Amino acid sequence: MWQFFHKLGSPKWFFGIAARLMPWLLAGGILLLMAGIVWGLAFAPKDYLQGNSYRIIFIHVPTAFLAQSVYVMMAVAAVVTLVWRMKLADVFVKSVAPVGLVLTFLSLFTGAVWGKPTWGTWWVWDARLTSMLILLFLYGGVIALDRAINDEKSAARAVSVLVLVGVVNIPIIQYSVEWWNTLHQPSTFKLTEKPSMPAEMWVPLLLSVLGMYLLFGWLACLRMQTEILLREQRTRWVKDYVLAGRG
Amino acid sequence: MHPIRKKRLTIVLFLLVGLGIAVGLTTYALRQNINLFYDPTQISAGEAPVDVRIRAGGMVEEGSVVRDPDSLMVEFKVTDFNASVPVQYTGILPDLFAEGQGVVAMGRLDGNGRFVADQVLAKHDENYMPPEVADALEKASKGQQKASGSAETVSY
Repeated sequence: MWQFFHKLGSPKWFFGIAARLMPWLLAGGILLLMAGIVWGLAFAPKDYLQGNSYRIIFIHVPTAFLAQSVYVMMAVAAVVTLVWRMKLADVFVKSVAPVGLVLTFLSLFTGAVWGKPTWGTWWVWDARLTSMLILLFLYGGVIALDRAINDEKSAARAVSVLVLVGVVNIPIIQYSVEWWNTLHQPSTFKLTEKPSMPAEMWVPLLLSVLGMYLLFGWLACLRMQTEILLREQRTRWVKDYVLAGRG
Repeated sequence: MHPIRKKRLTIVLFLLVGLGIAVGLTTYALRQNINLFYDPTQISAGEAPVDVRIRAGGMVEEGSVVRDPDSLMVEFKVTDFNASVPVQYTGILPDLFAEGQGVVAMGRLDGNGRFVADQVLAKHDENYMPPEVADALEKASKGQQKASGSAETVSY
């Protein structure tokens, strides 16, 4: 197991694995996401109360879901950076932070668009919306802190600490709708119970969430590859790779 | 595991646990301020301040909505099936506003225990279903006893 762990730390090894995985991630992601969104937007039945406006759930939930899980993945990578000083973990955090920022923004934006017709307001300072906004600022802070420090190693450590400090926000986002009175409704998907919507609604939702995960995997690989090439530009294998004309 | 790494891991774990406790205690202390609204039980128990802008949330009581025929004024009762608060509002209500639906109203409590709202937001729950299913459910629940059916869904 440890051998695999150390192999994972090798940027060159990861570069090759990523190149092999990426076509599958991209194809699967587009396929699932298209299936989920087309099914959800065009064929799923409308809601008895909200009519067609609930359909924004097929975009809102995948982005919100990913925004949080990307942060959790970043936190795991931050622990690896701090404890094992693994370069690749830092590459991951640096590469996916902007993706997380965009996903968080999208979930806030689609949520606001949804809130206007259903609640009657774009924005309300309830615990769920506010904690999600804090997540957006955390992503922004991670990116800014990384850019602000020139030295790669000290940047990696500072960013890791910030990411770890911010991870307490994730359970707050997750349970805000249960701990406090909020305008936002509780989760439709629960780990222990059946989803509180019929299958012809939750299956497309699940498809688009999975598609979003795969697409995120593809984007993460792509951005990490770029970052690896930048950081390892003086090494022999990068020179060979670029000279071979595949770069 | 290497001793230095073990030490680092312990530090990281301590950092996380410490932070978790700190944030947990803070949010626990602030829990009343984090709640978006007071529920009718709190208001009737006198926990909500009078004549201060607050929010009140709950379900619109069945059969309590009275519209003024000459203006946009609406009166209704907000309930949590434990206590209820009369609300007065002048303005356009959101589409989802209906009897038996959740709302959050913003406004002030006057001295007589009435809530004068200047904004009413609709709150919906996590349940989604196609209209046909909702119709069928409604028919089924009307066939049974009328009173017991509504008390099951207190997810305003």
